[in-house]
Amino acid sequence: MKTFTPAELRKTVLRMAFSGSTVHIGCAFSIIEILAVLYRNHLRYPDNNPEAVERDYLVLSKGHGVMAQYACLYEKGWLTQFDIDNYFKDGSKLKGLSDAHVVGCEVTSGSLGHGLSVGAGMALAAKLNKSDQYCYAIVGDGEMNEGTMWEALLFASHQKLDNLIVIVDENGFQAMGTTSDVLELGNLKDKFTAFGFEAVSVDGHNETDLDATLAQLKNNKNGKPKAIIARTVKGKGVSFMEHQNIWHYTRLNNETFAQAISELESRS
Amino acid sequence: MIPPGQRLREADMRNTFIKTLIEMAETDPTIFLICGDLGYSVLEAFAEKFPDRFLNVGIAEQNMLGVATGLSFEGYNVFTYSIGNFPTLRCMEQIRYDVCYHNANVKVIAVGGGYAYGPLGVSHHTTEELGMLRTIPNLQVTAPGDPAEVAAITRYFSQHKGPGYIRLNKTGEKIIHQHPIAINKPQAIPVIVSPQKNSRVICATGDMLNYAYHYIQEHSIAADLYSFPFVSPLDDETVKHLAESYAEIITIEEHQLNGGFGSAFLEVMHDLYAQGVIDKLPKVNRIGINNQFVGFAGSQDYLRAYAKLNLDFLSKNIAR
Repeated sequence: MKTFTPAELRKTVLRMAFSGSTVHIGCAFSIIEILAVLYRNHLRYPDNNPEAVERDYLVLSKGHGVMAQYACLYEKGWLTQFDIDNYFKDGSKLKGLSDAHVVGCEVTSGSLGHGLSVGAGMALAAKLNKSDQYCYAIVGDGEMNEGTMWEALLFASHQKLDNLIVIVDENGFQAMGTTSDVLELGNLKDKFTAFGFEAVSVDGHNETDLDATLAQLKNNKNGKPKAIIARTVKGKGVSFMEHQNIWHYTRLNNETFAQAISELESRS
Repeated sequence: MIPPGQRLREADMRNTFIKTLIEMAETDPTIFLICGDLGYSVLEAFAEKFPDRFLNVGIAEQNMLGVATGLSFEGYNVFTYSIGNFPTLRCMEQIRYDVCYHNANVKVIAVGGGYAYGPLGVSHHTTEELGMLRTIPNLQVTAPGDPAEVAAITRYFSQHKGPGYIRLNKTGEKIIHQHPIAINKPQAIPVIVSPQKNSRVICATGDMLNYAYHYIQEHSIAADLYSFPFVSPLDDETVKHLAESYAEIITIEEHQLNGGFGSAFLEVMHDLYAQGVIDKLPKVNRIGINNQFVGFAGSQDYLRAYAKLNLDFLSKNIAR
């Protein structure tokens, strides 16, 4: 049986967003396939233990996409149905942004531009400890507005962190508009390359390509940190959400919830 | 390690810090030092001795705090080193959100507290960080008063698991405690306690201890003296003792009056009063910077005088 199927993960996100009446659906949907491939084929958790010392690290630096990660943690068995059904309820443990106090989340990253630096420190520690652990850091394209991101890229390259794999969710949107309209990022692949990374651009919703790219980059022990510029669609998977930045902010109602679930079920 | 009972030799704060950190790192392989491209002629000895546990991350302090957090997650006790406002005010969110929220084992060391870099101007005047840092949960905020306290707090932070901050002065600090002292918890330290039962006590933090100590001696001031190297958490046992024992308390700090050490002292003392732990409130006179920038150059002594960081009112009016 195929695990971490994108449609199921998206349905879990919808159930959380609906029960908690929360926002940040579009930015969770754009990273579903990235997370699915990572959890299915790449992240190593010995004995399925999210706190195993020798585990790989997944840093969700764009913490507002955390519902997509919660959906994966639920499938791993580290979150319960109760957690999903009670999202955003008073006193519940799952917050709207990534928080390292939640088992399976490595960093606290609701403020943008923090997670990558922490991830670089963890990747460095793995190197110093002569461990073969990888650190995967998922960052937003809008997050690349933050100056600390570029500090961290310089650092990772200088320290030759070839066990650090940065995956940019290039969905082309940030809070107030397109990335081109707000603060032009230019060609991210070229910029990462200029910063000393081995950078590849892929379709961020093509699981086969993502899987192959990850496998190939991980084998290149060439002293260069890696970057995957994942071209994604904000709101991917539900027709009326795709490319619609409003689904960064919009809450589901009975009709939109039913319609979205219905679409996902008809495709799966 | 300086054996107990042996007199400390002259040494300034920053060199005492690095010597002590090297001593601790000899036996503790988790101690790691990161600098933000500052510490020339100070940090080299550590870097040469422990090249695998030293990094210069470049002029990128916010990334420095993030990397330190990541290293601490993997078991290191990470000391970050830079000047004054750079590893503190510039990194407030990293300190709050990355370090302190996770109770990460990261220590922030800032050299050049107060007006130590006076001639360089406001960018280097470190006069607000104690107040800002002490609002953050989990963070122990210290401003040692002399090299002996620097050594004691560096040893303490080498063993304390959790976030810490050390404000160092810059250079030429005199030794007040003539023998090594031990600090095992956030605590104040009695420096002068006269058998004559003075009614007045001066509480100093940071390098103002040196000023207050010598002022009392040179002007024969009838006052006792306590050092408060911990601004947060403040030693409430000592505050209680002082409130019960003295009619007048003077706090002195090289920091803005808003939110600094004197404010912390008043908060603790009034809470003790409100809770009925103490039944009287002594007069508290706070000496600090009157909530202003200084927009011209000057030595540390000159700027302290300009900001009226002095105890002259004691010798003019009520010297014994």
